[in-house]
Amino acid sequence: MAASACGVKGRGKAPDADFWRGKRAAGKLSWANWPGYMQDDQATIKAFERDSGVRVTYREVIEETGPWFGKIQAPLAAHQSIGFDLMVLTNGIQLEKCRRLGYLAPLDHARLPNFEKYAGPGFKNPSFDPGNAFTVPYESGVTGIAYNTRYVKEEITSIAQLFDPKYKGRVGMMSDSQELGSFGVFAVGADPEKSTPDDWRRAAAKLRRQRDDGIVRKYYEQDYVDAVSKGEVWLTMAWSGDVYTMAGPDVAFVVPEEGGTSWTDNLCIPSTAEHPVDALTLMDWLYVPEHNAPLTEFVNYITPVPDTRRIIRADAQKASGKKAKELTRLADSPLVFPNADELARLRRYRRLTQDEEPVYQRAFEPIPRGA
Amino acid sequence: MARRGRFAPYLLVLPGGLWLLAFFLIPMTLMASLSLQSGNLIDGFRQTFHWQNYRDGIGVYGGVLARSLGYALAATVACAVLSYPAAHWIAFRAGRHKTRYLFLLVVPYFVSFVLRTFAWRQVLTDDGPLLGPLKDHGLLPTDFRVLDTGFAVIAGLTYNFLPFMALPIYVALERVDRSLPEAARDLYAGRAAAFARVLLPLSLPGVFAGAVLTFVPMAADYVNAEVLGGPDDTMVGGVVRAEYFDNGAYPTASALSFTLMAVLLVAVLAYARALGARNVLGDAA
Amino acid sequence: MIGRAYTWLLLGWLLLPVAVMALFAFNDTENRGNTRWQGFTLRWYQHLFDRPDLTRAFATSVVLALVSTAVATVLGTLAGLALGRYRFRGRGAVNVVVLMSVACPELVLGAALLSMFVTLNVPRGFPTLVAAHVLFSLGFVAVTVRARVAGLDPAVDEAARDLGAGPWARFRLVTLPMIAPGVAAGALLAFAMSIDDVVVTGFTGGSTVTFPVWVYGATKTGVPPQANALGTLLFAAGALAALAASRRRPRQSSEPKITEEISR
Repeated sequence: MAASACGVKGRGKAPDADFWRGKRAAGKLSWANWPGYMQDDQATIKAFERDSGVRVTYREVIEETGPWFGKIQAPLAAHQSIGFDLMVLTNGIQLEKCRRLGYLAPLDHARLPNFEKYAGPGFKNPSFDPGNAFTVPYESGVTGIAYNTRYVKEEITSIAQLFDPKYKGRVGMMSDSQELGSFGVFAVGADPEKSTPDDWRRAAAKLRRQRDDGIVRKYYEQDYVDAVSKGEVWLTMAWSGDVYTMAGPDVAFVVPEEGGTSWTDNLCIPSTAEHPVDALTLMDWLYVPEHNAPLTEFVNYITPVPDTRRIIRADAQKASGKKAKELTRLADSPLVFPNADELARLRRYRRLTQDEEPVYQRAFEPIPRGA
Repeated sequence: MARRGRFAPYLLVLPGGLWLLAFFLIPMTLMASLSLQSGNLIDGFRQTFHWQNYRDGIGVYGGVLARSLGYALAATVACAVLSYPAAHWIAFRAGRHKTRYLFLLVVPYFVSFVLRTFAWRQVLTDDGPLLGPLKDHGLLPTDFRVLDTGFAVIAGLTYNFLPFMALPIYVALERVDRSLPEAARDLYAGRAAAFARVLLPLSLPGVFAGAVLTFVPMAADYVNAEVLGGPDDTMVGGVVRAEYFDNGAYPTASALSFTLMAVLLVAVLAYARALGARNVLGDAA
Repeated sequence: MIGRAYTWLLLGWLLLPVAVMALFAFNDTENRGNTRWQGFTLRWYQHLFDRPDLTRAFATSVVLALVSTAVATVLGTLAGLALGRYRFRGRGAVNVVVLMSVACPELVLGAALLSMFVTLNVPRGFPTLVAAHVLFSLGFVAVTVRARVAGLDPAVDEAARDLGAGPWARFRLVTLPMIAPGVAAGALLAFAMSIDDVVVTGFTGGSTVTFPVWVYGATKTGVPPQANALGTLLFAAGALAALAASRRRPRQSSEPKITEEISR
């Protein structure tokens, strides 16, 4: 215990200027991503390979951030390669741990000109990674409420409606403790970003009551899309892009008046990457609007490159029939290009210090686990 | 069956034994040690004989553990009740097609159980192919559901582990001398009495073995609870998995899985003792 | 007659989800979720290998199952022979360890292995998967073979020795043919367990993904119909293999062997 008490603060590594010394392009790289986060035919990767001559090994091996961290932690701690030069991590507890433990390569912004040029102002310098020292956004999303209009006969505008006994057994919540906790904190009228342990306790008590009263049918990871489309649950916490891509026509999505959570999936380079220069090249390449548009047209989340909207509009004009309609809908969708009013209501997960993290987890984690 | 060759058995057992030592006994020992450590991922863990891990784990998740045992017990009983008549029919009435029926009993399990369990979700969905028509004809209230309930979890467990019960029962029945049931029927008059006094006792070893083979893995299962259950149906396996993966809380997770194993071991040993060890564990015990 | 009807009802219940899975491999679905029936198509079989990640996971599963089955069969057969044929010091202990490894919940096995790999800083990947898969099938093979050996007449082996056959020749010409059904049953079990495993693989695989693990991950975003098609093919292959194995010796059904031993 004594050893840990004195070692805590100094552990977070500052960006290491020496990291890039002597590193050269290798003409290949491997990339770990989430399933469904790239066109089925991997068109974007093929375009990058054509443009750059870099060969990409692309794997959709990240199912959830927690388990992924569990898998890479041991090799990274032992300074071993994890077999990937680029990975996608959501802002949150695990990304924070990676930063603090020195598991991420500091980014060389001299080699990211397109990021500087094209990244939207809202996507630079995020609170979870000041100065984009280690990460650049891949895609972002909003956690709000999805509801099935076949069953819900009123307009859903508020998180409070997720706690309405009238929807007993028909409400879906997320099992991720950061998502669940944020909505609980909203529900007790506090701001997740600035919430205190006392807010967490009140939020947890409210969430626990919601569960014990039988209002919650199930805690979901991402499988709520199917459940809400079929009407197994009538209203549920949901991610914007999922609703856009996968939900049936009766499903509507709102950012509640109390606020919604916004999160960002980030590209980052493990400190033990064997081909970091090539990874950096790919990061930068993705920020050219022409390169980014086909990807956004497929994944339907919020792109960090606002100019993509222009390209998608142009694509819509060129296309015809069904495809043109789809692209116009995409370019006009507030789920993919949210308006300023909605953006103002979005909050990020609470950033947790090492001491706060167990307190937070202990408050929210047992709830979806039925304890 | 004593045989000559003093070194032969050791040589034969050596490679497999080493494998079991390296990847079973040593990991178990390490897990026991890890369960008593304290610390965190960032600063590392060290051995402090931190029994608090056990107290914390049981304090928070004791209820979930109890539920896991309860669900496993219910599903074990369901397995026995459901599979006994079929095993009985195959053993005594299926004639030369026995192998075919046994094969049909096992063959669904060549499908990945993830795919199988998700297929169940498709079948059981609220207005799906099974419940939809019943609701349309007013046979069930529109609010009725099977998914995300404790019943669905127990049914899923029963489904996924049924052959582990059916096969031992079949084997036990198969050994029974054909003429015995008939003689018993003459003796006791009445099929029920004949069954209860003769056939059932003779087949009990199969039921006992089946109970161990189903109860233990079911109590540790979490996929059924996660896929088919609701918020009040979680099982302890899911907690262990999450503690390992989501939190990297290795000591807590180790303590919980050790508790689970200890509880199961005690349950199985008590059961074996009550019933006579040879019935349950074969000649190893 | 009631018995027959009941047995078929039970079998129908067991086979129903398999049929649903096979059916949805033909579903003409457009979006990523494959849960609502939208018409018949063969295109998922035509584009079976269009999802490179899924294909790779599938290939990993097959290779892993083959490798671990081979290793587990050899090690398990040797151990089973020793346990079934000889009395030796420590036999009881080995028996108990073997049975414990068979009865140990997968979750505990996975967790213990992960604890060890983490403690010793062993990077997880294909080799650790082989170690784990061999471990959980080894005991099943050993128990199956032991059951078979125990039922053999030792006189045959003695006769071969009296005729001057060496240990290797006796093993190859006498013992192996006689225990072959047990070995085959054990191997089949090992293969089936390896190719279907999610729990232990999830713990010990690191970033190496197998078919069931990939599918389990994909259930959150929608399982593509190709997974159903591959699952159906795997089912067909497994069914054929089991059928072939049970056909060869119609009286010695292979599957119950293991349970026979445990229930004794």
